[in-house]
Amino acid sequence: MYNKKVKLRALFLFLSIATLILTIFLVLKALEENVVYFLSPTEIKNLNETTTEKIRLGGMVKDQSIKINSDKINFIITDFKNEINVTYSGIVPNLFQEGKGVVAEGILRDKNYFKAEKILAKHDENYIPPEVKASLGEK
Amino acid sequence: MILNYLGNFALLFCLIISLVIFITSISSLNNKNSFLKKNLNELLFFKFFFAVLSFSSLIILFVISEFSNETVLNNSHISKPLFYKISGTWGNHEGSLLLWLLVLTFFAFFYYLNSKNRPIDERLLTILFQEVIILGFLFFLLKASNPFNIIYPVPKEGLGLNPILQDPLLAIHPPVLYLGYVTTSIVFSSSLAGLIKGNINNLWAKDIKKWVFISWTFLTLGILLGSIWAYYELGWGGFWFWDPVENISLMPWLSLTALVHCVLALEKRSILHSWTVILSIITFTLGICGTFLVRSGILNSVHTFANDPERGLYILFFLFFLIFLSVFIYFIYEDKFELNNKNLNLYTKETSIILNNWFVMYFLSVILIGTVYPIFLEVLSNEKISVGPPFFNKLIIPFLIPFLIFMSIGPNLKWIKNNYFSKKLKLIIIFILSIILSILVSKFFGNTALNITILLAASLYLFIITIKDLIKKGFKNYSQTISHFGFSLLVLSILLNSIFSSEITSNMRVGDEIKFSNKIIKLQKLENTTEANFLKLIAYFKIEEKNKTELVLEPEIRIYDKPETITSEAAIKTDVFKDRFLVINLVKENEYLNVRYQEKPFMLWIWISAIIISLGGIINIFKKNEKQIL
Repeated sequence: MYNKKVKLRALFLFLSIATLILTIFLVLKALEENVVYFLSPTEIKNLNETTTEKIRLGGMVKDQSIKINSDKINFIITDFKNEINVTYSGIVPNLFQEGKGVVAEGILRDKNYFKAEKILAKHDENYIPPEVKASLGEK
Repeated sequence: MILNYLGNFALLFCLIISLVIFITSISSLNNKNSFLKKNLNELLFFKFFFAVLSFSSLIILFVISEFSNETVLNNSHISKPLFYKISGTWGNHEGSLLLWLLVLTFFAFFYYLNSKNRPIDERLLTILFQEVIILGFLFFLLKASNPFNIIYPVPKEGLGLNPILQDPLLAIHPPVLYLGYVTTSIVFSSSLAGLIKGNINNLWAKDIKKWVFISWTFLTLGILLGSIWAYYELGWGGFWFWDPVENISLMPWLSLTALVHCVLALEKRSILHSWTVILSIITFTLGICGTFLVRSGILNSVHTFANDPERGLYILFFLFFLIFLSVFIYFIYEDKFELNNKNLNLYTKETSIILNNWFVMYFLSVILIGTVYPIFLEVLSNEKISVGPPFFNKLIIPFLIPFLIFMSIGPNLKWIKNNYFSKKLKLIIIFILSIILSILVSKFFGNTALNITILLAASLYLFIITIKDLIKKGFKNYSQTISHFGFSLLVLSILLNSIFSSEITSNMRVGDEIKFSNKIIKLQKLENTTEANFLKLIAYFKIEEKNKTELVLEPEIRIYDKPETITSEAAIKTDVFKDRFLVINLVKENEYLNVRYQEKPFMLWIWISAIIISLGGIINIFKKNEKQIL
């Protein structure tokens, strides 16, 4: 009935739509599993229960809070309302200093204690995490 | 002072010439002996000349540190070395846009000079679309990001360039990348012009192919440069982070890679007319998106967007205008495509090119969603998320396997019809061989992940087949084989690198030792020196290994004062098979140094394979066209 060309077109169209649906499905599934949420100390205090998933914690490094020994660096992340103790072993970025913004990725042990696996570098020395900026603005 | 005005007026002259070309070219499209057709060459040259004038006055302003200029004030200071004063010209938003404009005007001129064998109407239309883009940039430059804003009273000292940008590689990285981006604008304009004139055919493909390859080569090299810089400057010891800024440069590269293949199918077989045009439009839009998004700061944080609503709005407006314009033209002139009455056979090169495009489009959409989704989510629900490497690895690595296999078989098929089955045995033998080889490698090095083993097999397969082709076929189609070979080498090196990388981090004082597998790493001493624009702290590490000569690594910490910044300079010892990477950091002026030592196998081969990939593109630009098969 239909010639070969029409059949080919139909096949092509079908395959395109199938790929599209498959792509969307895979992407959504992967997003669900691999998204890392970004929270501030206050948001963590307000959590009903602590998650065991990996999160990013953003805030400022509290003045006089960095302590370092041969295998660990301990410090406090604050958003000037709440504070969280962070422990980390690994390399820190250049802009990791007291009184500067920081983003730590890791796992929350409880509401006061965060075990960081990675401290993220920001290329800008004046970077302040957005929530902190917002809460500074409110003051 | 006078240079500020000179630069500004040169830009205005550019604008006037652009407007003249734009208006007269519309009116002279159907008029055979118009003023424009005789004088367009000169006009384009003058426009280029004024852009050069404007750009060089900005460079001179930077060199003489003229702080009455706002751009110079914000991005330079007196004690900076001359080289970085010059490269600082395009290291900022305003200057980089001016560089874009300069390259745009140059390519418009160059295209018109080198397209004499195309119909005059098509050339005029191409220039017309090119002028639309140039005008967009000019208005944006003059209105929202003028590099020649004057400050009064004149400050005595500038604010300085971010020290991590003071690097020779990063000085040439943006221009190379821009050359790639801007060349896609010619492909974009020419495909729209060809579409309107009904000229999209194999001859058009033959002429535009050169531009596609130029663009693809520059983009490949540009991405490579950025990646090398990130490796040694950012101190993480990786070369790709799936960072939004990186993704945004990879996206146009991917769609350009699809275009490189599909323009070949159009040239040799006169198929995929409309898809070629669509890809040209996508590539250019992604490229322009990239520059704008990175430079305006939307990507790093949505909040920067709100800080400068004028810039952001202009960008969005211009982007949507270009997209709507091209989609509009596409649908109006769609019926001018040559009808294609060719039957597609399954085992042909055409099919493998379509498959390639299919996969590349999939990779592209994964990266697009992973990059853009967090921005949209934050705007819509104020929830902040980040999409990291696991997302991309999970969605891309499994699909690399069939991609690599098709990449090995595809080039061995013929156009139109193919006696595929005669070759089948040899291909299958090589396939089995590479599977056995990869299982052996995995067993030997104790790697248990199944998907890595399969990926290793697939890339080995491509590796062996491309080598076989290079030896057997000699110079027939060797640019393609070289690029494919480079890609297999790239996947192999990245795989081996990620399997065998090892590292240790610690905090050390002078005299401390740490053990790492069979080595002892010792921090011997620290030394302070003063350089032209920074203080330097050098740490001397000794790495001892049994039966081997000891290695001394000297990582540095640099303390810049303008702007006040600390950077780490990693010490890297590169060998043929392995990089040794040591980076240190100060924590709170403490006696402890934050130390990270990494061993990264096959790093050198990652860079070499990217160079081999682009080498294929370079060969293709300079080689003569082959005979048509029709």
